[in-house]
Amino acid sequence: MGRTLRIQPITRIEGHGRITVNLDDDGEVVDAAFHVMGLRGFEKFCEGRPVEEMPRIVNRICGICPWSHHLASIKAVDATFGVQPPPAGVKLRRLVQHLSWIPDKLLNFYFLAAPDFVIGPTADPAVRNVVGIIGAAPDLARKVVMLRQKGSMLIEDWLGKVIHPVAAVPGGFGKPLTEEMRARIEAECEEQLEFAKFTIDFAKENVFPKYLDVIKILGVFESGFLGTVTEDGTWDIYDGLLRLMQPSGEYADFPYDQYHLHIAEQVEPWNYVKMPYARKWGGGFSLDPDDPKGIYRANCLARINTCDRMPTPMAQKELEEFRAAFGRPAQLTLLYHWARLIELVCNCESALELVRDPEITSRDVCNPAEAKAGRGVGCVEAPRGTLFHDYTSNAQGLIQNANLIVGSTHNQAPINISVTQAAKAVISEGQVDQGVLNKLEMAVRAYDP
Amino acid sequence: MAARVVSEWLNSCSGCEISILNLGETILDLIPAALELVHIPALVDSKYYGPTGEDEHLSLPDCDVALISGGVRSEEHVEIAKEARKKAGVVIALGTCATHGGIPAQMNVYTNEEISHKVFKRCLTTPPAEMPTEVVPPWLDRVYALDEIIDVDIRIPGCAPHPDWIADALLALLGGAGEWALPERSVCDTCVTKRADKTGEGMEVKRNLTRPEFDPETGVDDMVCLMEQGHLCLGPVTLAGCAGKEGAARCIEARIPCRGCFGPIRDRARPMVDMMGALASVGFKTDSVEDRRLLMNRFIGAHGRLKPLPKKEA
Repeated sequence: MGRTLRIQPITRIEGHGRITVNLDDDGEVVDAAFHVMGLRGFEKFCEGRPVEEMPRIVNRICGICPWSHHLASIKAVDATFGVQPPPAGVKLRRLVQHLSWIPDKLLNFYFLAAPDFVIGPTADPAVRNVVGIIGAAPDLARKVVMLRQKGSMLIEDWLGKVIHPVAAVPGGFGKPLTEEMRARIEAECEEQLEFAKFTIDFAKENVFPKYLDVIKILGVFESGFLGTVTEDGTWDIYDGLLRLMQPSGEYADFPYDQYHLHIAEQVEPWNYVKMPYARKWGGGFSLDPDDPKGIYRANCLARINTCDRMPTPMAQKELEEFRAAFGRPAQLTLLYHWARLIELVCNCESALELVRDPEITSRDVCNPAEAKAGRGVGCVEAPRGTLFHDYTSNAQGLIQNANLIVGSTHNQAPINISVTQAAKAVISEGQVDQGVLNKLEMAVRAYDP
Repeated sequence: MAARVVSEWLNSCSGCEISILNLGETILDLIPAALELVHIPALVDSKYYGPTGEDEHLSLPDCDVALISGGVRSEEHVEIAKEARKKAGVVIALGTCATHGGIPAQMNVYTNEEISHKVFKRCLTTPPAEMPTEVVPPWLDRVYALDEIIDVDIRIPGCAPHPDWIADALLALLGGAGEWALPERSVCDTCVTKRADKTGEGMEVKRNLTRPEFDPETGVDDMVCLMEQGHLCLGPVTLAGCAGKEGAARCIEARIPCRGCFGPIRDRARPMVDMMGALASVGFKTDSVEDRRLLMNRFIGAHGRLKPLPKKEA
């Protein structure tokens, strides 16, 4: 008789998930699925709220990347009310976007992903975690804990709140940056950059090579990719054109307010989260691992694949090395971990460039806004993928209609395909233990959902 | 012996768990001698249905303390909350979603049908579909605070709660205390902005579309109270503590008015009534406050504070 395995909760990810694997009479995998078990329905309770309040409401969609939601939302507010921030207002938003990604990347690599690689994919689950890392490498672990907290508290000391921010306002930024704080940010970013360089070198020397066999088989399939680039094709996480790349590497660039012409969202009866897919590729939507249709991926590997170049020198060097080894687009799912560290370096470098820009301490950070009827689309890259907030307001400036596509949802379909692929690769004749099942979770963790 | 800790997240965003991580070295110094993390999905591989997922019933390990974030929205959340209560010595409701429903409890002004209709049939990029019902846990009729479902021993509000208070409560428990609560003070009681006792006579309450006046080079203590500048600030009706043990309220530090994320000062308080009264008493034109019900109950929609309005006759 066949049986069903229920892996729940999926651990060391940043949300609520479950994997179901159905085995047949011989213990072979029939199918597998990744489910998101909760739905809060922000699109509905946004209706009726004052548009300018949205960036303080929708940031609660995610406590790990609240800044990305805050910034996508404020861009949608600006567009709805037709107000443009002064240059320093934009630069401050960009600066905090980069700063907020640094602790996020450290958290993911060292706390969530590293236990599988440093302690081992099939190790005792009692030690395969950050506490195990603390035991195995206490000095390094203490440094990570300290730098992650420091990166987070820097933003809190500067802008009041780091988790569920309030600092970006219609038409710009809530307060200018003082020279004193600017100098502190610069000094701390230098420290973060040093550690980012250490981290990527450490991973390339000690972590990735040891697990190349796993990297080559786990969760692998061919997909398209979605990312944001500047007019000249450079990686960007605050503004630019969207680039949707097909598995072949061909791509189309388009302005983000045209997103609805390129992306649709599939609802499956077994998942609360919708699954975005490329609507213009013509084949509709299919999760068949052998013949996926409409499937593209987002998040770091997608951004690294879609951009022509990185905006900063060290990250560019890392991109060249990565591309020489894995081509473009790189398809191996576990390479998300590598791509994430290239972005860690880039965020530190980009934050340093911005904080050294003389205009960053300008007092002119905000233009006044007026409530009115309109529609506005805001889009930024969130750590976990391209993020869309689309608002329509009435004459009082209250939301009449909202549409949201959250970064991590782009990878819902890909995670399902990777989990199915991984299950078929590692389970046979019904032989299942926690180590085997952890490999399925590793296919999920790569996406950092 | 180390205290065994379970952490669970229900109808939540992970912000409370990031706040735990923001304890940084404080928590590192407690692990593993004083605290043992026996179940925390964000960090530790512990499973509800056993290591190979073949158990019939959901279970959590025995523990001394269960930290639970998020409100209660689905049947599965109820199951997890009840199991945690059964296995834990002390249950801590962590964060405003657990203590008062939080932002997701704004949902309580709608019926489940209205919500699923919008989400699955009326979104620009979603070809209309039915609400998913396979495998995913069914919703309850509304969003509940944790203490509406199980007995709660300690409440740490905040969106997100400040790491200082998480440490303070845990250390109090480790020290043998059975109770812990934030002092009943308002954000205004602790706010350092300047007050001129100016009235708002005839003034409209400003929306967050223009900035208050302040000198960016000087501290918040040199800025005139945001309410006196005409900006709606929920400081008068909001529990203090968002900045932790020291410092000005966090949003005020960003020169942005308070929206009430720590919830009301007392359990039975009615922040909207109190706030509208406060505005009226200093002469503000209270009818200028847009969307007041949801604005002033933004974080506290559980406990029956937000309900669907009776349908208006067409």
